[in-house]
Amino acid sequence: MTELNIDANQLLNTICEKLQSRPIMQKDPKMVGIRTGGAWVAQKLHEQLNMESPLGILDISFYRDDFSKTGLNPTVKPSDIPWEIDDQHIILVDDVLFTGRTVRAALNEIFDFGRPASVTLVTLIDRKGCRELPFQVNVTGMEIECHKTIKVSGPDPLLVSLVEHSEEQA
Amino acid sequence: MSPRLSAPNPQLNELGKIKHFLTLEGLKNHHLTEILDTAESFINPNTNEIKKVPILRGKTIMNLFFEPSTRTRTTFEIAENRLSADVASLDIATSATKKGESLLDTLWNLQAMQADMFVIRHAESGAAHFFAQHVAPHVHVLNAGDGQHAHPTQAMLDMFTIRKHKGDVFDLKVAIVGDVLHSRVVRSQIQALSILEAREIRVIGPKTLMPTHPEAMGVHYYDNIEAGLDDVDVIIMVRLQNERMSSALIPSEKEFFKLYGLTEKRLALAKPDAIVMHPGPINRGVEIESAVADGPQSVILQQVTYGIAVRMAVMAIIMSNAAQLAQHKSEQASLELEIDSELESKLDVTQKPTRSEEA
Repeated sequence: MTELNIDANQLLNTICEKLQSRPIMQKDPKMVGIRTGGAWVAQKLHEQLNMESPLGILDISFYRDDFSKTGLNPTVKPSDIPWEIDDQHIILVDDVLFTGRTVRAALNEIFDFGRPASVTLVTLIDRKGCRELPFQVNVTGMEIECHKTIKVSGPDPLLVSLVEHSEEQA
Repeated sequence: MSPRLSAPNPQLNELGKIKHFLTLEGLKNHHLTEILDTAESFINPNTNEIKKVPILRGKTIMNLFFEPSTRTRTTFEIAENRLSADVASLDIATSATKKGESLLDTLWNLQAMQADMFVIRHAESGAAHFFAQHVAPHVHVLNAGDGQHAHPTQAMLDMFTIRKHKGDVFDLKVAIVGDVLHSRVVRSQIQALSILEAREIRVIGPKTLMPTHPEAMGVHYYDNIEAGLDDVDVIIMVRLQNERMSSALIPSEKEFFKLYGLTEKRLALAKPDAIVMHPGPINRGVEIESAVADGPQSVILQQVTYGIAVRMAVMAIIMSNAAQLAQHKSEQASLELEIDSELESKLDVTQKPTRSEEA
């Protein structure tokens, strides 16, 4: 098993650059981070992009599809969306897109708050190849293959490292 | 503690987690704290709004009220709806039991309608325990008040209200004023306050409305309200339970107000930031003055709102514990299977790659 540090700031810069060229940035978009890792990333992006409206935080614990298996997440906290969702352009931020189940839960929760004009999915990393639901990221810092594992820790400093398993070693 | 040395608590499952919620007796600080923390997660900290969440979708909860109730029943229904459960409320006092059906037959019929949880209010002490003993293993029972015995969700919402205003129940001086003898709410409140280690619990009222030995409950008794309210952080007023009094235990309501009613003047004896609570329904001019009930230190209406979140928490935790127990059992079963197959095929050396945590 090897562990490789990745420069989180570079990923954040890449995302900001890509986001700024998107037309929704002219439409007063609202940013939402998914607790916990996504909220850390969103905080950085929100600062770096100098966004006016406050950052929203989603806790998707009550929306997970595995409640009947794992029960409640003991660290669940309330979601905090400080503005109306209706007709807003939402930038949904998570740390890693992997199976797509978290995004499904987050979208369900967002739509329980209202009907957004659009949702743009931003993740620090797109872990490709193991999707279980039909989602794709709009803006990402980097892509990796899904047999590699990513560790994200934060909020300050935000650290990202790549963990590589090789099956032969097992 | 070895399970052999103590009778198992019928409220807890094999993993020591809450399965039925019947009384606070026998529960630990961590059980209560989990309920309070979970309740917190249902309330938006900025707006106090309680949002609907989908966790109990597909579960059926039946409210069986053998005794009339407005507040408790309504907040239970709202709580169940906010958890996305399917809800049926039965006014049993006016239904089948009147036609001669036994309690157990009623229970089994309702269970056959695919109930996952019963919320029960009954005039007899022990009714919820009785139900819990007879339901199918996958069905849960929640006590919404039984006779003079217990009303655990009310006590928990009171603890939640105290925590919201005072930060913690630990180290507070709490005075409970009124009809302690007939009140299931007070019994549960005293248990909750003891488990959460309040510094001092006082009960205040005429001797005729007190149990023979109030000290046995771990409380200090005061028959003088002025002395009892001195320097307390929390005042809990409870109403006279006229429907549970078989004889006149107080001269008159007027007299009671004169001796024990909470007035602004008496409230001033408590700490300046003391809060005033009341489980409702309040009787203005009997146990509490309107100026106090509607005053700045009163948190009576917040208690009602918090009741929704606390009841959501209890129901969510019970279903979550059931899910975790089922998962635990199936893991145990597959572990045993694995060991069996390992023994059978010792030649098979291929190993599954270990799957590590996703970030």
